[in-house]
Amino acid sequence: MTDVLAVADHRRGELRDVSYELVSAGRELADAAGGELHLAVISGPVEEYAEKLNREGVDAVHTVSHGEEFNHDVYTQAISQLVDALEPGFVLAPNSVNGLDYAPAVATQLDRPLVTDVVGVAVDGDTLEATREMYGGKVETTVEVDAADGAVVTIREAEWPPAEGTGDAAIEAFDAAIDEAAVGSTVTGFEEVAGGDVDIADAEVLVSVGRGIEDEENLELVEELADAMGATLSSSRPIVDAGWLPPNRQVGQSGKVVTPEVYIAVGISGAVQHVAGMKGSETIVAINTDPNAPIMDIADYAIHDDLFDVVPALIEQFQ
Amino acid sequence: MKVLVTVKEVATVDDEFEIAGTEIDDRFLGADLNEWDEYALEEAVQLTEDGVADEVVTVTIGPEDAEQTIRQALAKGADRAIRVWDDALADVDLLDVGAKTAILEAVVAEEEPDLVLTGVQTGDDSFGATGVALAADLGVQWAAVVNELELDADAGVASVHRELEGGVEELTDVELPAVLSIQTGINEPRYASLRGIRQAQRKELAAKTLADLGLEDDDVAAELTLTDMYEPETETDVTIFEGDASDTAGQLADLLRDKGVAQ
Repeated sequence: MTDVLAVADHRRGELRDVSYELVSAGRELADAAGGELHLAVISGPVEEYAEKLNREGVDAVHTVSHGEEFNHDVYTQAISQLVDALEPGFVLAPNSVNGLDYAPAVATQLDRPLVTDVVGVAVDGDTLEATREMYGGKVETTVEVDAADGAVVTIREAEWPPAEGTGDAAIEAFDAAIDEAAVGSTVTGFEEVAGGDVDIADAEVLVSVGRGIEDEENLELVEELADAMGATLSSSRPIVDAGWLPPNRQVGQSGKVVTPEVYIAVGISGAVQHVAGMKGSETIVAINTDPNAPIMDIADYAIHDDLFDVVPALIEQFQ
Repeated sequence: MKVLVTVKEVATVDDEFEIAGTEIDDRFLGADLNEWDEYALEEAVQLTEDGVADEVVTVTIGPEDAEQTIRQALAKGADRAIRVWDDALADVDLLDVGAKTAILEAVVAEEEPDLVLTGVQTGDDSFGATGVALAADLGVQWAAVVNELELDADAGVASVHRELEGGVEELTDVELPAVLSIQTGINEPRYASLRGIRQAQRKELAAKTLADLGLEDDDVAAELTLTDMYEPETETDVTIFEGDASDTAGQLADLLRDKGVAQ
């Protein structure tokens, strides 16, 4: 019997979607290990969150009322104390920016193995079998984790379906003793990335450019295509990192989530963070020389060819 | 102020490759400085240029082959480098977070830096956890996924922006000493100049074994074992346009016209 403790993610007064995905992943893992699924929700309006998280398959929700927003010191202390009290085998956290800001510290403090960015789980006795990707999604791997003394696992967002239905979980306030002297970081505010004049989330057709464009001067070619088609220009992260396009053009986990009718990915390999921002597009077209690029897994149409040959030919079609 | 930067040589994979057991066959692999670490290094070098830091030291866990990559980091402005390797590490398929952290912790104990910068993740195993685990091990502060950094060395505070999902940044003050994991885009990593490359050859690159750091094989025993590696199954039935560029462009244009999204 191995119980699971899954930690919900929230920001600025709202539970994030991954919290419901954690319920599904947590239930799956608890079933495999023959245990119960406990949730922890820390900081913010925890009572309200707990009601929302009480979905099918949840055995208990533990609320830790402390401050409004995420603070990794508070999370690390609260989770460690919850683990001492509940003795779950597995601690499950989202592989989100905040999850990655506390899960490694929790694993260190509990002296448990850590496996991050997991996309599949199985349990065989005392061994956790986790599925992970390597090399930017080019390969998938199975990793065995000696979980006799438990393990800390972070799960990739959008890999499990969000849990639905209403559960009959016990909702219990957990009185964590937070050592304020050990809280060494303070959140002082939030800032939205500059908006600019174009909102790519509104576009019906996006021509999106990635690392394959190689040089800033080559961007002109893709701009010309977007103009010829009456489409809006967007990009993957490296183009914004390089300063070739402003942040408001970035599609992805840390940029905008877009759902256009047509998304044309030009020279984009399809890193998971990018895919998270565009997989809801109605029709996805990929132009890329690499037939094994992860973008091909979600594309509806593909051209396996050099973008420097295809894009000029395409411009000609629309002129 | 001394800044320690973790630098990893990561494997790069060709478009076409074959898997041998639980590894990608060597023939299809290249090597490069981990992209995220490049940004961490650049941030550290800029701190010396701004007069905030006095010394930038890099630390790498890797075999002798990695020295070419370490020299790249030295050429870009690091003052000296430490490389840790040992026979006990050579047979490990997947060096997990605990093992990496144990080694880095020993290096930090020797070097006593005021600030440690790591990349957010590596391009090969992508654990994304070493920086935070290291900080927790050391009992110092940390921040993950930093895309803006301002240091007030006198006040002992790092004011950072953390890049959250969905175009939102969190502003956080972190007490020093600290470990910060650096996100791409925080700066523009420089190319190594010819002068830098020449100077790098003369900079100190110290090789250390586990024993040199007071560690034993058990300290780096892996808790994770890589048991299988395979190419992911494709889930979609993608339609591939065949032919030369004008053929494929024509087919795509027809499709877009049919959908009424282009004229």
